[in-house]
Amino acid sequence: MPDLVIQVQEVTKIYRMGSVEVPALRGVSFEVSRGELVAIMGPSGSGKSTLMNILGCLDRPTSGEYILDGQPVATLNDDQLALIRNRKVGFVFQNFNLLPRLTAWDNVELPLRYAGMLRGTREKARAALEAVGLGERLHHKPNELSGGQQQRVAIARALVNNPAIILADEPTGNLDTRSGEEVMALLVSLNRDQGTTIVLVTHDPEIAAYAERVIHIRDGRIEKITTNRAAEEVAA
Amino acid sequence: MIVTFWLALRDAVQSLLANKMRSLLTVLGIVIGVGAVIAMLAIGRGAQNAITSSIEGIGTNLLFVMPGNIKPGSNPAAVSRHLTLGDVRALADPLAAPAVADVAPLVMRNEVVTAAGESHATSVVGVTPDYARVRNYHVTEGRFIDETDQAGRASVALLGPDAAKALFGRTEGLVGLMVRVRGQPFRIIGVLEPKGGGAMAGNQDDRVLIPLSTALARLTSHHNRVDVIMVSAISADQVNEARQEVTEILRRRHRLRPDQEDDFTIFTQDEFLGTFQTITSVLTIFLGGIAGISLLVGGIGIMNIMLVSVTERTREIGLRKALGARKRDILIQFLTEATLLSLIGGALGIGLGWGISALVGKIAAAAHADIVPEVGLDAVLMATLFSAAVGIFFGLYPANRAARLEPVEALRYE
Repeated sequence: MPDLVIQVQEVTKIYRMGSVEVPALRGVSFEVSRGELVAIMGPSGSGKSTLMNILGCLDRPTSGEYILDGQPVATLNDDQLALIRNRKVGFVFQNFNLLPRLTAWDNVELPLRYAGMLRGTREKARAALEAVGLGERLHHKPNELSGGQQQRVAIARALVNNPAIILADEPTGNLDTRSGEEVMALLVSLNRDQGTTIVLVTHDPEIAAYAERVIHIRDGRIEKITTNRAAEEVAA
Repeated sequence: MIVTFWLALRDAVQSLLANKMRSLLTVLGIVIGVGAVIAMLAIGRGAQNAITSSIEGIGTNLLFVMPGNIKPGSNPAAVSRHLTLGDVRALADPLAAPAVADVAPLVMRNEVVTAAGESHATSVVGVTPDYARVRNYHVTEGRFIDETDQAGRASVALLGPDAAKALFGRTEGLVGLMVRVRGQPFRIIGVLEPKGGGAMAGNQDDRVLIPLSTALARLTSHHNRVDVIMVSAISADQVNEARQEVTEILRRRHRLRPDQEDDFTIFTQDEFLGTFQTITSVLTIFLGGIAGISLLVGGIGIMNIMLVSVTERTREIGLRKALGARKRDILIQFLTEATLLSLIGGALGIGLGWGISALVGKIAAAAHADIVPEVGLDAVLMATLFSAAVGIFFGLYPANRAARLEPVEALRYE
């Protein structure tokens, strides 16, 4: 039996707009093994953002079960979810979401502080920045860094707590082609060299091509799951 | 815990520095509020000190006996009696009143005094030689009124230093010169040393003293009636005995039946002090309360800006929550910011209040009023606690709103 990091069973999500119920997810089930690089793909409105919010423990499913790293999370309260996000999930956003007032170093240190860690946070944050090749940019603020560098800071921030999964939501969406390739190369190398489980959420087939498996979402359901030969070749 | 606090403080400082102008303007309400409270309390305390010292400056162990029953709740029908020289002589009898040391009757009239072309409206007080001892008066030149002046109804006068300045422009070399009261010449025999004392209790240095006998003969139509009898007890713990003896003697002399109320009123110095202190504390609390309202307005200003700040930073809050911040973390972050804002305002306000107090002190000194505003440590402490409380109280609502944001919605917020 493979070591499963993500188990999603019959998850539904229904939004209430006044008296109207809008189903965003209509029963989704899939699994992700530890060390996998998986893409979730779909057009806008397909429910992939909703799925990503649930995978990232930012939101709870209306029904169904979600087990993250062996921990059922569907019924946890807000503070318990915050703890899970802090320990088990690393986010990489399309628009980087760095705090503009803080230096790269402080930004990366932030999750450690919310983890309640008192000692060694500076060193861990520095190590994470060095791991993404930004050891020279510790004291720079986000507006002093290029888009690609900012996204690498964000990846360092996602990595710093050794999470079970990294959730990357359109990580190259705001980058030029070259920076985008660099960021993807970084994510792939993290996955391959350190066995980090990565879930990419994208509408871009070129980005999805980096993944070993692609979960296609349409109208709140899984349309199909494809295996990517090219990615396997890269992995081999 | 301490580390968490320092980190929250660092965050708050960074966020406030990111909007320096706005932070400064936000804080202004608290600065003015705290400044006003501090200044009002300081000035109130200064006034109280001035009044206390001027009343204490009058003398020690004193009783003031006045004609008529003027204490609150009394029967106005009993007001008709007067105090006479006969009453004075009876009180001065050491056998009848062993607790009484000195008895100093006086009459006081507001007159225009003239000298060398200058005229000055002041109090002319007729006193006996004992008055110097009872009131603790000393002269800077010349001598006090003596028994010879009193017995001979001498036309002599002592000038208070302020009256001397008003008439002659100086306080030295005046002995032997003449002043006129109601057109009648009085020879100056001395100048009193300055007593100080606040403007509120009447200026004790702006007066002219003449012998009581002269005053009764020349300034009053009833040559036997005195306005006030000052009585000093032989010691501070004999004040109540002296009061009892004075009451018994006067009731007997005025032939009051046991069921009749006193037709005179005795104030002790402590009662004067207590009355004035009550008045000034009510005034201080009143002024402080008005100033406190501006503190409240300042707090609302902080709440307003914190609400704006929470809205502006919705994405930041969403991100922090995504990174694992709990409700409590966000709450503490925004509360720290609000409290820091109002504490900075409080600190600046203490400075402002101190400045205003110093300024008022300078102005009062220039106007010869002896009000020295005093910024008390308790007022500073209270202002600090109060501004912190304002920050926490008015920061609670915005901080709570921030803490309750849904991370998904907050991250999506544009």
